[in-house]
Amino acid sequence: MRREPPQRLADYGPLFFPAGMLIVFFVVPFATMIAVSFFQRQQGGFYTPAFVFDNYARFLTAFFGGVLGFSLFLAIAVAIACVAIGIPFTYLLSRSKRSVQIVWLVALLSVLSLSEVMIGFAWSTLFSRTAGITNLFVWMGLMTQAQALTPSFGAVMTAMTYQAFPYTVLVLYPALVRLDPTLTEAARTLGASPVKAFFTVVVPALRNTILATLIMVFIFALGSYLLPQLLGRPQHWTLSVLITDQAIYQSNMPFAAAMAVFLVLVSLALVGLSLYAGRQKEAK
Amino acid sequence: MIALRRIFFFAVGLFLALPLIVVAGVSVNQRQTLTFPPQGFSLSWYGQIFTDPEWRNALLASLTLAATSALLALLIALPLAWFLWRRVAPWANIFQLLGVAPFTLPPVITALGLLTFWATTGFYGQAWTAVISHGIFFVTLPLVTLSLGFSAIDRSLVEAAATMGADDRTIFRTVVLPLILPYLVSGYAFAFVLSLNEYIVAYMTVGFTMETLPIKIFNALRYGYTPTMAAVTVLFLLVAAVIFGLVARFGDLPKLLGAMAEDK
Repeated sequence: MRREPPQRLADYGPLFFPAGMLIVFFVVPFATMIAVSFFQRQQGGFYTPAFVFDNYARFLTAFFGGVLGFSLFLAIAVAIACVAIGIPFTYLLSRSKRSVQIVWLVALLSVLSLSEVMIGFAWSTLFSRTAGITNLFVWMGLMTQAQALTPSFGAVMTAMTYQAFPYTVLVLYPALVRLDPTLTEAARTLGASPVKAFFTVVVPALRNTILATLIMVFIFALGSYLLPQLLGRPQHWTLSVLITDQAIYQSNMPFAAAMAVFLVLVSLALVGLSLYAGRQKEAK
Repeated sequence: MIALRRIFFFAVGLFLALPLIVVAGVSVNQRQTLTFPPQGFSLSWYGQIFTDPEWRNALLASLTLAATSALLALLIALPLAWFLWRRVAPWANIFQLLGVAPFTLPPVITALGLLTFWATTGFYGQAWTAVISHGIFFVTLPLVTLSLGFSAIDRSLVEAAATMGADDRTIFRTVVLPLILPYLVSGYAFAFVLSLNEYIVAYMTVGFTMETLPIKIFNALRYGYTPTMAAVTVLFLLVAAVIFGLVARFGDLPKLLGAMAEDK
């Protein structure tokens, strides 16, 4: 059957339901949110239609700048940590036996789908005084007394790396599976050690993939909202936490919406950049 | 080199498993304390998920939400993927983009958009709004698996059916549907598992009227930790592992994931 352009109205039939649903329940809510970001906030959690930039003006405060700066810093740190571990790991995984790959993929998918609430709970247990890892250190004689490791920046960072790592591997996996094995074989034949072949052949060949993955993981990490709350102190709150806090607990929808619009713009710019990096790869 | 690889795999595996091992240990504590290694052995905390009305209701709410919203996601994705495969209509790709967008952007954005929408339309807090919200949020997953499924169909098969006089409807039912069934099932499975675990969209749409299990755990965390939360975590992990294991058993998981991220 050749693909042909739709001619009669009936040919468009299959499109009606999906298009309708996506427009009504995604495009319209999105537009509503943008509209609300310009609304005027009233006392008591209500807001009235208006067209003011007050909500955006609040971005200029030092507090907001601090939160934004910390969010970006945290997401970059998580992205770098994940990609740094993820590339050698995924490379070795893609060279493993098929059955080994499947076991790892199922495990990674299971961890990836685990609710952020549960990841937060699991790590706060591991970092707690009574059930935590420090008990193991005491038992091994490395520490004299068990202690709690949360709330701290290290705890937030570790848990977010944990959350984003399976995602990183799954983003890298297709590119590494398709990587031509003769590339490394040639390097090995010419006398390079496996580690040297990895750094001088595999990594440069994947430069654009690595950049695109860094950006994808960065956006993924920007979306983390529970781990900073559960494992960090208030100064470790990210933009996502602040948006939720303003929307639900401070009942300041217009300000929350303005921050969300800002977050969309940042994300879209980065998605565009990663698509551009991906295109460069194809062009080569 | 092989030894080095083993050590590296082991280290990554340990990092991924460690919090889960501790949670699994905590979940079998005899008394209501979080200690590791566990004191005594008891499966009563697992039992509590099913016997305690609050936990049971949360479990049922989560399962119902996941089952129905994954179905909705599938119902949106299937005709769209079919249309994009069957027709030449480049402008319709905008809907593909719309289907992938909620999953690519930070989830808090979709959640807030839906919150303002349901609040504006006056349906805020109704249970069915969560079904639609999750259905839209997770439409990406069946959309991606189905696009992959359609692209794998040999068009000459469909052409043969058309030559013999089958109309679109018959072709879809007798040729296309059997071929894409594995992709249909895996798309549903992905959406189901992720909906089961999703927190922020559910919380922002129905958080004050309905408790799914992730919401219930988060609310309970404020009053202290109980082994029941650990039991739920282990249970959910097992459910996900079994479902993804089945997808791998009956489908081609490396291929599915190999092409999935490529479409992003």
